[in-house]
Amino acid sequence: MSKALLIKNGIVYDPLNGIDGERMDIAVKNGVIVEDVSGKDIEVIDASGMIVMPGGVDIHAHIAGSEVDAGRLLRPEDHIKDVEPKTPYTRSGVGYSVPSTWTTGYRYVRMGYTTVMNPSMPPLEARHTHEELNDTPIIDKATYPLLGDSWFVLEFLSRDMIEECAAFVAWMIKATKGYAIKLVNPGGLETWGFGGNVESIDDQVPYFNITPREIIRGLCKVNKLLNLPHTIHVHTNNLGKPGNYLTAIRTMDCVKDLADGERAIHVTHCQFSSFKGVDWATMESGADAIARYVNMHDHVTIDMGQVIFTDTTTMTADGPFQYGLHLLTGNKWVNHDVETETSSGIVPFRYRPKSIVHAVQWCIGLELALLIKEPWKVFVSTDHPNGGPFFKYPDVISWLMSEKARKTVMKKMRKAALKRTTLPSIDREYTFYEVAIATRAGPAKALGLENKGHLGVGAIADIAIYAINPENVNPSRDYKLIRNAFSRAAYTIKSGEIVVKDGKVVGYAQGKTYWVDVEISDEAMETIKMLGEVFKQYYTVEFENYPIPEDYLAASHRIPRKSGI
Amino acid sequence: MEIIILKPKREFKVPIFAECITPDILAGKTLSEIEKLPVIEGGKETNLCELFQIEGKTGSSPNDTKIKLVGDFSKVRCIGSEMTDGEIIVEGNAGLRLGEKMRGGRITVHGNAGSWLGTMMVNGEIEVFGDAGHYIGSSYRGAREGMRSGTIKVHGSAGSEIGNFMRGGTIIIDGCVDIFAGIHMQGGEILIRGDSAGRIGAFMRGGKIVLCGYTPSVLPSFTIEELRPKVKIAGERIEETFYLFIGDHADEGNGKLFISKDRNPHLKHYERFL
Repeated sequence: MSKALLIKNGIVYDPLNGIDGERMDIAVKNGVIVEDVSGKDIEVIDASGMIVMPGGVDIHAHIAGSEVDAGRLLRPEDHIKDVEPKTPYTRSGVGYSVPSTWTTGYRYVRMGYTTVMNPSMPPLEARHTHEELNDTPIIDKATYPLLGDSWFVLEFLSRDMIEECAAFVAWMIKATKGYAIKLVNPGGLETWGFGGNVESIDDQVPYFNITPREIIRGLCKVNKLLNLPHTIHVHTNNLGKPGNYLTAIRTMDCVKDLADGERAIHVTHCQFSSFKGVDWATMESGADAIARYVNMHDHVTIDMGQVIFTDTTTMTADGPFQYGLHLLTGNKWVNHDVETETSSGIVPFRYRPKSIVHAVQWCIGLELALLIKEPWKVFVSTDHPNGGPFFKYPDVISWLMSEKARKTVMKKMRKAALKRTTLPSIDREYTFYEVAIATRAGPAKALGLENKGHLGVGAIADIAIYAINPENVNPSRDYKLIRNAFSRAAYTIKSGEIVVKDGKVVGYAQGKTYWVDVEISDEAMETIKMLGEVFKQYYTVEFENYPIPEDYLAASHRIPRKSGI
Repeated sequence: MEIIILKPKREFKVPIFAECITPDILAGKTLSEIEKLPVIEGGKETNLCELFQIEGKTGSSPNDTKIKLVGDFSKVRCIGSEMTDGEIIVEGNAGLRLGEKMRGGRITVHGNAGSWLGTMMVNGEIEVFGDAGHYIGSSYRGAREGMRSGTIKVHGSAGSEIGNFMRGGTIIIDGCVDIFAGIHMQGGEILIRGDSAGRIGAFMRGGKIVLCGYTPSVLPSFTIEELRPKVKIAGERIEETFYLFIGDHADEGNGKLFISKDRNPHLKHYERFL
């Protein structure tokens, strides 16, 4: 077992416990934060003049699964420019927009991130996803099965059989070792199976008597019934199309009455859903409208989906959107249809500051983060790798903390682009406390992760220490220091083990895979068993062979939940 | 011009990555400094002097440095990569990726060259007196940026997919080529004096290919435009009748494909579309 640790004199930011830059000591024993440690065998870390935060939590990053793997195969030219040789503690690997699994883990912990959520796992390809997650070192992870276009879900919901649907979803999450319900372009992916797409949340899905609105509402009810830790995680319809900010607002609004004062929906990579205008020539930012809605309603959380000006690989389960992108860029394209469940697509993409559309996209992400008053509602993400690779988060943090940093980027853009957004007039700058919320405490709370994202007694000892002193450094002027500090953590502690020192990986800790096990009644279980026959007709896999056993995960962390069915 | 001579000390069994053998890196260095330069043999890093016998000296700048490689260098990769000036002469065979991303200067091979000759080349000159491998002047796997400018001349034959994603510059092959010459080509010129194994110009969007020899067939996505009595390419005029095809329409391309009439009598049926 690991040594006890004492982190002395650090300047602690722990928003979930209301600690805002206090100088204090943190004690760690047996991988958990404790009141105090005593005895001889204690390793003391002198963190004086450094920031101590909980380990970062990424709510949305495509790091594993079949589509990421297809992306790796598609982009050898992406790997050759970023090769990491092996060190005594790390394996060799390649990087950039679709890094190899080991490199992914190392790069996250080097930034002080310790928990990463892999969204959009086609349930049928769960086994592959978990194999890759098993090989993603150090970080804790979880994955969201795609359920928004599953035939079973559509059939149950079109007949208004919420309880049966809930039983199916509970079984599916358990079978695929998932964590939350992910909806990608609900209804649209099924329509893509016939070469089309839905254009609003009230369009009919072919061959199913259902609309996207009914799917979103139905799965939101299911989510409540099953008492899942996270809300539904939604990639909206019409993503990446001018004028789609209205779709995003309608999507958020359609579950308002189901919230009961709690959170009901997480709209992911919201930047891609905040375009105003009628076509690409008139496309402008709709972030202010979205921000106004989010400010006025408490049932919504979003993440940014910030764009980075670089060469990246876009990959989503949103097949029709990716096809549009392929037509737009002429780049190579991968399209995939996952039996009765979902679709996916991959297209390499380069964001350029001189392009008006890309520049406006860059502005929208930051506008969302800066116009939404409460950082508990908006989290840092680049929708890795769609907006840019995750190891550019320190850049995003520096833009949030410094108007000057934003201005330097905006200088590279065309004036016409800046007229289409309100970003040049925003002077808000995040504080370290707000950054700690947007990168750690907020996502942990939204995900319902207990014992994570904070440094209170009993929390898992995932700690990031950054070599920057908030007393001497003015983040708005010295944004480069911020960027450097956040990209190379002075220390990262994962479950009580020191895994990173001065930006270099120096240790190993087994990262766990989190999954939710919802307990359902025997009656509900009978419904599932009856599905076996239908399963035979629909799937290439036998019902009995479909679930993944728990011992398939290298390190399983089961989260039991009691449900209302 | 100062000359430095490298000779292999033994026969190489595994690939060697010697990106340091360029006038840019060797220029201005003393012999003892050059001997210490790192190279990778198989999976292990060693020094240049472990593998090669080094004689002579280098000039103060790349443009008065000549590197002479004497012996079999067919296992040595990345010679002259990113060189900007100066000269490399290989008296023997050269390995893969010779002159990769080359920006200027001249490389001459008095033997055969491997595949990926002059990939992503920006400028400069390469001349091979023997045969060359596949992917001459092409892009890296998966990328769309091939050769941009400069000249590659091969006096022997070449392999398949030469000029893949080529954007500019000239490739001249005196011998024959394998399939898919000029695939995905976007600009530049390819002159093939020998025969082609077929599928020439697949997915080409622009540029010019001249084939003086035989090809089994032309891809169905090309259309015949006219008969030309002569063709000008790479500064020379070829007095011979050519079929001019435009394509590849499968990729909305507008490339020009000239194919010799005399050597391809089986393409006569295209003439009825004229």
